[in-house]
Amino acid sequence: MEMLSGAEMVVRSLQDEGIEHIFGYPGGSVLDIYDAIFQSDKIEHYLVRHEQAAVHMADAYSRSTGKVGCVLVTAGPGATNCITGIATAYMDSIPLVVLSGQVPTFWIGDDAFQETDMIGVSRPVVKHSFSCRTAEEIPIAIKKAFYIASTGRPGPVVIDLPKDVQNPLNKFPYQYPESVSLRSYNPTLSGHKGQIKRAVNALTSAKKPVLYVGGGAIIANASKQVLELAEKLNLPVTNTLMGLGAFPGAHEQFIGMLGMHGTYEANKSMHNADLIFACGARFDDRVTNNVEKFCPNAKIMHIDIDPTSISKNIHADLPIVGSVEVVLQQMLDLIEETKATNDSESINAWWDQINEWRAKKCLAYKTSDTHIKPQQVIECLYKVTKGDAIVTSDVGQHQMVAAQYYPFKEPRQWINSGGAGTMGFGLPAAMGCKIAFPDRPVVCVTGDGSIQMNIQELSTCMQYNIPVVILLLNNRSLGMVKQWQKMFYGGRQSHSYMDSVPDFVKLSEAYNHVGIKVDTIDELEPALERAFELKERVVFIDVAIDPEEHVYPMQVKFGSMQDMYLSKTEQTDA
Amino acid sequence: MRRIISVLLENESGALARVVGLFAQRAYNIESLTVSPTNDKTLSRMTITTDVLNNATLEQMMKQLHKLVDVLRVSELTQSPHVERELLLIKVRTVNSEGREEVKRTCDIYRGQIVDITQHLYTIQLTGAGAKLDAFIATIDEASEIVEIVRSGVCGIARGDKALRG
Repeated sequence: MEMLSGAEMVVRSLQDEGIEHIFGYPGGSVLDIYDAIFQSDKIEHYLVRHEQAAVHMADAYSRSTGKVGCVLVTAGPGATNCITGIATAYMDSIPLVVLSGQVPTFWIGDDAFQETDMIGVSRPVVKHSFSCRTAEEIPIAIKKAFYIASTGRPGPVVIDLPKDVQNPLNKFPYQYPESVSLRSYNPTLSGHKGQIKRAVNALTSAKKPVLYVGGGAIIANASKQVLELAEKLNLPVTNTLMGLGAFPGAHEQFIGMLGMHGTYEANKSMHNADLIFACGARFDDRVTNNVEKFCPNAKIMHIDIDPTSISKNIHADLPIVGSVEVVLQQMLDLIEETKATNDSESINAWWDQINEWRAKKCLAYKTSDTHIKPQQVIECLYKVTKGDAIVTSDVGQHQMVAAQYYPFKEPRQWINSGGAGTMGFGLPAAMGCKIAFPDRPVVCVTGDGSIQMNIQELSTCMQYNIPVVILLLNNRSLGMVKQWQKMFYGGRQSHSYMDSVPDFVKLSEAYNHVGIKVDTIDELEPALERAFELKERVVFIDVAIDPEEHVYPMQVKFGSMQDMYLSKTEQTDA
Repeated sequence: MRRIISVLLENESGALARVVGLFAQRAYNIESLTVSPTNDKTLSRMTITTDVLNNATLEQMMKQLHKLVDVLRVSELTQSPHVERELLLIKVRTVNSEGREEVKRTCDIYRGQIVDITQHLYTIQLTGAGAKLDAFIATIDEASEIVEIVRSGVCGIARGDKALRG
């Protein structure tokens, strides 16, 4: 059998797992692994400028491809800098394997240089973790880590690798396990047959159904089934922020995103539905608003691969544990077999009602002669990219506007930090997507607050020539914070404006990128055209937008789903 | 509502921390927790007593426990016939023979055993359900001076055919 050191085993195991890209940062505790990477020609490593960005890059690489993202960092600060990235992936169920160095086993517990209990620090935000105390454990730990990360409800897995375990002088027999099974871990994929039958009955007899589709449908690659079911039964479909793209954004049956900044028609439909069919969505507080007032007349049907998501926030009348793809296929098969249909008359009446709500055109906005509106920027982006770009975003107003005004055609096209709401996610995320899809246009929609949280990655873009477009909606303030302060804090803008926004054009140029400043609406489209024509360059477009613009619709705090502010002056009836 | 949860999990480093961490993280209450390897040394058996507001919380707690990769089985004992026991070790001081006799008598009534004696100190061992131990402590407190107490926390097992096995 082949003899390898611990460090070599790490690299070979990743290779044998099929890993092509890894994101990381070297340091004392992982020097042996880095030396082994140096000698491997199969794994491409990207050196970031901050470990948090490495995790976001691996995360978005995973979100855009469906593969597991992989990160390598050193002990102590290298590892703890990953925590925000790991938490971000955990909240959105993204499969990652994070390899972190550790001080030698014989120093653990002695407060050695760069010693941090990474297993302990990361525990609340990982799906699982491993600490390898001998080199022989490495291949099986890596195999298990990838298996756990990518199956069931996916999530990040940490592997702690003490330095002595990697020692290049000690060689051990190496064999990468072909498969792995864990007696304590067996995710359920297919739905209970009785429940499938009940679900089809409930769905076909509903008069006012809504298909509420979340990120789980994207993770499970269930878009085909969602579309087929929706079209077969003429169901209205709403997506969560994480689910955007799971159902085509321009489809006639798409009623928009739901929740805090969801459309009027989506939130109205939910509130007035008699059946809500949740597919891979988790009734997050940003969706439900006040749970006491949530959808009073609806029966709740819920598919989720994670049993803890079912009946956690909202009681499910008809729970189905399983993969969204498999369960929907089971339902479709049963519908086909039994020729089950719903009552088209009541569905048409329901659509008449929904179209009435739609006619309100809740996303219409007033343009201005003096300011560019953020909505205009996203609409222009959609036009220029023909709706085909991979769009990543940071967190705040720009994120909501991008979600509302860019109708995503397909899954894995919209990449954002939904659960954790991590500012600084957008730029490294765009880089991760571009590495996965070098021939597709990738744009990071960002704000002047968020972009400055990981702006150092412009340097990584320069080193590896990762030509993403950065579209900055610059309002010289923390827009969403300011919006809340205007609405709920008497307009007191406590620390929500940027007193010294840098010259982003000069900053981009300092990294040898292209910077474009856009101050008027006429400059916008040419700037975007140029940005996507310059395929080999990073282009940073700094758009000065209206600093007073708010995101609407917005649900009224403590209200039901249908209680919304529709503009600065308009609110739904209480 | 007081509930007893039995958990069968991998006997691996970090497994206990994950369970305890879960309870802290989700603001679940732990009244007592006992854990020890089983006859199969690769498995540990844990008994957790908790106080929950309602069945929904209990259900979520059990699902969250089961979600941990190390956990094989989870079951709730209080809703069906079961046996629960706790071990008490208590050290009491008495200075006269009257007191010593009272301690011995109380001990016999509760079927406790005196496991260590010095001139003035008695160490008593007692097993039973929590309420019995509470009652014993209250009684012995009147007959002597309590020096120290240690309780194991609850161990529980279902009666009859039901079993928690790997």
